[in-house]
Amino acid sequence: MSRRFPGYDVLAKRHTPSWNEKTRQVIDQRLASPREPRFLDAEEWQTLCAICDRIVPQPTDRPPVPLAAMIDDKLYVDRRDGYRDFRLPPQREAWRKGLAGVDAEARRRHSAGFAALSASEQDALLLAVQQGEMIGNWDGMPPAIFFAKRLLFDIATAYYTHPTAWNEIGFGGPASPRGYVRMGFDRRDPWEAAEAAPGGEQQARRENARIG
Amino acid sequence: MANSKRAGKMPELDDPQRTPRGKDGRAPDPFRVGGWVPMRAHRDDDEVDFAIVGTGAGGGTLACRLAELGFSVIGFDAGPWWRPLEDFASDEAQQQKLYWTGERVCDGADPLVLGANNSGRSVGGSTVHFAMVSLRFRPEWFKARSLLGYGVDWPLDWREMWGYYAKVEQALKISGPVNYPWGPKRPRYPYRAHELNAAALVLARGCEALGMSWAPTPLATVSAPRGQSPPCVYRGFCVQGCSTNAKQSALITWIPRAVAAGAEIRDLAMVGRVAIDPNTGRATGVHYYREGQWRFQRARNVVVAGYAIETPRLLLNSADLRHPDGLANSSGLVGRNLMVQSNQAVYGTMDEEVRWYKGPPSLSITEHWNYEDHGKDFHGGYCYMAQGPLPMTWAGVVAGSRKLWGQALRDEMEKYNHAVGLKIVGEVMPNEDNRVTLADETDENGLRVARVTFSFGDNDKRLIRHAMGSMRDCLAAAGAHDLWQEDEDTCHLNGTARMGSDPRKSVVDADCRSWDVRNLWICDGSVFPTVGGVNPSLTIQAIALRTADRIHALASRGEL
Repeated sequence: MSRRFPGYDVLAKRHTPSWNEKTRQVIDQRLASPREPRFLDAEEWQTLCAICDRIVPQPTDRPPVPLAAMIDDKLYVDRRDGYRDFRLPPQREAWRKGLAGVDAEARRRHSAGFAALSASEQDALLLAVQQGEMIGNWDGMPPAIFFAKRLLFDIATAYYTHPTAWNEIGFGGPASPRGYVRMGFDRRDPWEAAEAAPGGEQQARRENARIG
Repeated sequence: MANSKRAGKMPELDDPQRTPRGKDGRAPDPFRVGGWVPMRAHRDDDEVDFAIVGTGAGGGTLACRLAELGFSVIGFDAGPWWRPLEDFASDEAQQQKLYWTGERVCDGADPLVLGANNSGRSVGGSTVHFAMVSLRFRPEWFKARSLLGYGVDWPLDWREMWGYYAKVEQALKISGPVNYPWGPKRPRYPYRAHELNAAALVLARGCEALGMSWAPTPLATVSAPRGQSPPCVYRGFCVQGCSTNAKQSALITWIPRAVAAGAEIRDLAMVGRVAIDPNTGRATGVHYYREGQWRFQRARNVVVAGYAIETPRLLLNSADLRHPDGLANSSGLVGRNLMVQSNQAVYGTMDEEVRWYKGPPSLSITEHWNYEDHGKDFHGGYCYMAQGPLPMTWAGVVAGSRKLWGQALRDEMEKYNHAVGLKIVGEVMPNEDNRVTLADETDENGLRVARVTFSFGDNDKRLIRHAMGSMRDCLAAAGAHDLWQEDEDTCHLNGTARMGSDPRKSVVDADCRSWDVRNLWICDGSVFPTVGGVNPSLTIQAIALRTADRIHALASRGEL
């Protein structure tokens, strides 16, 4: 769990005036969404899971945020953003080509699929993609553009839609209709996360246990 | 009324994204869960006075005033008709349903990011998710060419606009300061300014240290009760849609007034083509897609109000043998001079807890560099405001601008409650090469999608560089450290059907009336000849109020 906001759980506010009915429905759905792929095939899924582990590495002392499943869900329902950089194909095609490209690069460098590489090999490969060091492109798609506009953007933003991620950064989370009262510097409503000052972890933990 | 028969409908069948709510003589009441109000219903073969395409800041406002002036009006919107109290979650991902997420292809040297920051798809348009910042233009901007030496002049007089600005501010009960530090005298804002959050106090602290004026931002969210709107509760999800109805969006202001005055609004109704009579050259109505079929609504006048991408897209998609380059386009300017506004930011970290997720995101502002021209190496102006991005958006900025991932991304995100930022709304120069055209791809209705081409010019880049310096100084003076820049963002869409006084150099006249097709009007940000350094919504609404008055005057004289 979060060291900065020890014991803070935004879900503890589910039955308070900070969550309206629609929010409860939406977050319940997110927490219950399928953990298995519905769009990607087995090989693509394996590569995506490995990529997600490197883009947002997660602690092992809590259930993981199912990042790969969240990306797969976006592709399955084809939920788009409202714009597309002209250098990229539509998002489903972009992800298919991108996952194939990452995997092909792993095989070229290490004679093994991306998922089978060590963490440091995976990081080095992803960094090379990000920095535009790939030679040529992936079936017409520039790898560095795919990395910036799809791979990194989609994974990073998906992670921070999950309540577990909100706990880690001390975000107040849903706030309708109660909202907030204390607006100034270093002010906290009793239903907001308490941040642990150095040596103050116990106190923060006690305050976070009372949130509701 | 069919109300009683339908009132018992199961709530799960009332899905506003699948089934239209505005039909059969009733409209949803945005102030009551499951509520309905009666609404006038026209037949497709009724020739109404005005068919208005789009119901946002331009179309929604105009529909209201035209209906109140006694015209028969139908407003069409491609998006759903929400009841915020039951439909809006406190959740970033869920609320992306408010954005125009249909495909658009973006190219040029600086391909635009669309959707969240500039494109709505709802009854009420982008005002359902706008940041509520309600600013007047600097008067000289209406004569930018004559007085300031750049761009083109507007065909409107600032003193007339000043009167319409005051009317919009009253209609929306804008919350703002008693004295506004910049520009000519203006009336006190109708509602008191909101309390400042820590993010806004950072801007105030920085400006005071640098000797620049600052002010609480005039905002379209009420600071005291108003009718069925409660005061803002500072929940901070403003750009995800206000679930308490404090925000004075078109959805809960102009649209209910329009319906009460006899306008009909059709939601989930995508207009694909404006029809022209080949003999008279006048518009005869609109082809629209609703509930699985193409239909045709007859109208004496057509108003296009789809904002600066959908408006030119519709005009271009309406090309026929007599208008092979699209409607209202004898000037060749339909789709040209697309102006976003620069929306770059500087971010940093404070020792104090800021918790910028609380309250409206931009509670304080400085317009210093909109009104001060000394010390500039560029044309135009900019303001900047305090910021309050929610986690998903913030992750996109941190990953996008700093290219962070892995543990570095997690570490940076953990500072969320100490992060602060300032962001400009900066003037972009009109440039004919920045434009909306049609791509070869089509959407789900078989309509060609927009291709949006945009590149910053040299002046735009100098303005951005200047603004970055000013914001860095301001944040540093306020005590922020570890400063960094977001170099790419843009906001707002204007200028693709500019107004003017010369038919060869503009698409519409000062009354928003097309030079080519005299019963075709354009009423949204598309008509801006220049864009200024403030958010455009107040100006769009002021122009819509003026257009309604002008239409009324022209009709009285038999000149429609």
